[in-house]
Amino acid sequence: MDEKLATKLRILADAAKYDVSCASSGAPKRSAGKDGLGSTSNGICHAYTPDGRCVSLLKILLTNYCLFDCAYCINRRSSNVARARFSVREVVGLTVAFYKRNYIEGLFLSSGIIRNADYTMEQLLLVAKTLRREHGFQGYIHLKTIPEASPHLIEQAGLWADRLSINLELPTEKSLKRLAPEKDGAAIAQAMGRMRERIDEAKAEGRTFSPAGQSTQLIVGADEATDEAVLRTSAALYRNYDLKRVYYSGFSPIPHASRALPAKAPPLARENRLYQADWLLRNYAFSIDEVADAAEDGMLPLDIDPKLAWALKHRDRFPVDVNSGEREMLLRVPGLGARAVERILRARRHRRLRLDDIARVTLSLRRARPFLVAADHRPTALTDRSDLRERLAGRPQQLSLF
Amino acid sequence: MRPILLAEGADLDGFRRAVRTLVADGVAPDQVIWSIGGEAGLFGSASHLSQGERSSNAEGGVRVRGKVCPDGAQPLTRTAPPSRPLPLGEVSPRPLHLPRPVAALIETAVCHRDPERYALLYRLVWRVLHGERELLEIASDPLVHRLTLMAKSVRRDIHKMHAFLRFRQVEGEAERYVAFFEPEHFILEAAAPFFVERFRALDWSILTPIGSAHWDGAALSFGPPATRAEAPETDGFEAGWRGYYESTFNPARVNPELMRAHMPKKYWRNLPETAAVPGLVRSAASRVSSMLEQEPTMPTKRSPEKALEAMRDREIKSLAQLNKLLKASEPLVKGATQAVAGEGPDDAEIVFVGEQPGDQEDLQGRPFVGPAGKLFDRALGDAGLDRRQVYVTNAVKHFKFDQRGKKRIHQKPTAGEVKHYRWWLEKELELIRPKLVVALGGTAVLAMTGKNIPIIRARGPAHFPDGYDGYISVHPSYLLRLPDEDAKALAYRQFVEDLERVRAMAADHPRGRVAA
Repeated sequence: MDEKLATKLRILADAAKYDVSCASSGAPKRSAGKDGLGSTSNGICHAYTPDGRCVSLLKILLTNYCLFDCAYCINRRSSNVARARFSVREVVGLTVAFYKRNYIEGLFLSSGIIRNADYTMEQLLLVAKTLRREHGFQGYIHLKTIPEASPHLIEQAGLWADRLSINLELPTEKSLKRLAPEKDGAAIAQAMGRMRERIDEAKAEGRTFSPAGQSTQLIVGADEATDEAVLRTSAALYRNYDLKRVYYSGFSPIPHASRALPAKAPPLARENRLYQADWLLRNYAFSIDEVADAAEDGMLPLDIDPKLAWALKHRDRFPVDVNSGEREMLLRVPGLGARAVERILRARRHRRLRLDDIARVTLSLRRARPFLVAADHRPTALTDRSDLRERLAGRPQQLSLF
Repeated sequence: MRPILLAEGADLDGFRRAVRTLVADGVAPDQVIWSIGGEAGLFGSASHLSQGERSSNAEGGVRVRGKVCPDGAQPLTRTAPPSRPLPLGEVSPRPLHLPRPVAALIETAVCHRDPERYALLYRLVWRVLHGERELLEIASDPLVHRLTLMAKSVRRDIHKMHAFLRFRQVEGEAERYVAFFEPEHFILEAAAPFFVERFRALDWSILTPIGSAHWDGAALSFGPPATRAEAPETDGFEAGWRGYYESTFNPARVNPELMRAHMPKKYWRNLPETAAVPGLVRSAASRVSSMLEQEPTMPTKRSPEKALEAMRDREIKSLAQLNKLLKASEPLVKGATQAVAGEGPDDAEIVFVGEQPGDQEDLQGRPFVGPAGKLFDRALGDAGLDRRQVYVTNAVKHFKFDQRGKKRIHQKPTAGEVKHYRWWLEKELELIRPKLVVALGGTAVLAMTGKNIPIIRARGPAHFPDGYDGYISVHPSYLLRLPDEDAKALAYRQFVEDLERVRAMAADHPRGRVAA
């Protein structure tokens, strides 16, 4: 690999890393044809960087030249960051070479806006199309869609990509106006809406169109929006556009920062708590109001997870008997995940479960204990303790930067 | 006591035979001593591999007997004297009927490195066969719990092998790749089919201390253990990959514990990128503090006003520009030769909307040129209209068909397809600003109204939701399909009458959208 290309790769990987989406799952099962390359999986992380995040897709920008001037973005036109631009051929070549060495699951391609939205979108499409057509590439492709591009272009992306995403980035219209003046909230909503329609229709009509759905990203901590505001935006996005995922990217310091930004990054734990709350919305049948209820003044506690926070506020709903409690309520017990609950439900058909048994189906018995009843365990005294929160939170575990 | 000797590695076949015999003889788990023999190593003799069992099958898939784990090639089970030895090569006792989840758990857990695995699995089988058929349902049972954890560890090891194995290209003329990997458990055969599915067109070998796997583009074969020294020392893309790895790391979020939880250190020595880790971790703090200390920067370049203005101007200004975009677009459903754009003057007073291009239109790249198009032209003429004066287009811009032999049989577009192409029609109408829009047939009506309305009911003057006035009539291909001549003649006359009314309506109608 020649020096010039390697230098570009460094610049354009650095420019893309603030997009945190990394999923490579959800694509239909595919495998390499006789002359083709690649297959799909349930999601494989090929490496982890020292920030603990996974490297699954080759995540790069086609170029970091950009006409937009979004304050939070390292690539905004007013930033003094080093610039580079890949040719379509170069991206295709890199993807294939990396894929053949088993470094990656596929490609995550985004781009700064150059010339205009349509031109940029066309270039992204060309990469995906070349990979699929000329290399019989069956690996995963995630394309960033440029919401300002013409609908016909955005919609063609669904023919090549497994997943499409449009980053809303800021949870409120007000912040969008202030920090991302070129972005158009209405255009984003419209593009997501169209995409949802196309995806739903294709599913109903048996065609392949962005089979792993669409996702988005919200930056946390670049504006004043509370956790509750962020989560209400997410809930609306899930409801209106059937998004597969909303990713939360804790705003982190960037080189060449803009004056419009807060100097300090939010604690890393905040992002984590938002993911947990998001998880409750999607997989644990919590309503957005219930999740909001776990927060104080709109902010989720950092020292305990949102499910525990909710349970502590609703102690009257506990304890739940593991031998007779309903599924919905077992899912609300802090420390019991969906899989643990399934195991409990199956096992209790055959024997009465004791605390020891629960210890073998979950790793978080300590948290669950005050909230459940087992054949040999009643927690009454514990549940009423006023210092329960402190006992469960353990030592302060707010993650700091260093 | 009954001693059982199994081969090194994941001896599924040997275990299966032993279990059958033990169960047939009623030997309880605490009466069995399991041991693993050294003399018949996993790949003690590669000649055991029989081609029929291990080569790719006719469909190009890979068949490795035993499904999950290495098995068939093992020297068969040896049970040692003094108790009844298993007769080698003779018919083994009858298969046991085990619930499918139990069999699956066995297949995975025998790959585990723990020497106790066979004893634990036999206890499981014994209990399942003695009144606890649903034992696996009880995840909280200590034995089930332990075996489940073992199976999980094996699955994780397979997953990590799929993730962390790195191929290096072998120098030489033919494209060939070799990887060295150190799995924790006996998973080589279980993990190999994944690489066949993914890299079917390539030649590759995977070398491990427990054996090697080779794919030559046609067949998967297994061979003896190998060392790191047998793999290439490096690869031309590794420096670039390491550069990517370093750049995609965000120093403001350094969290090495989390990294190690996902990517345990035991894997590091075979990963080209992990050499960068210590430096990245060490420098993270100073990189972040220098970012924070840095004053917010002032842009050094002036604002590119002209470029911004050009970017903001997203209007499509002419039909020619629109149709050029259309020609470059992909069909929603594969197959079409080309997109077929509308045709006619930019300032036509009447726009006719058909369904989708047919066979002829697809080949010629022009609308309404097939048999239905010819009939349409004739009817226009008979109604006193000139095809050259009107704009003719379709609701869907690509031909969709069913290939039957040499014939391409037209397929009606779905509602989703019509919606997808609607954007083009909207733009065409915006640019032309016609007096009237004539929807020909059900698909055109669907495109113009968003609804499926029977033509019989809707035929006649119409006001479309977009604000255009117009008319709804049949598609000319309907006239061609009518079986009897009298009906055909009648339908043609009615169609011409429709067109005459359209002509009359257009005479003193304003351009563009009108209020309802």
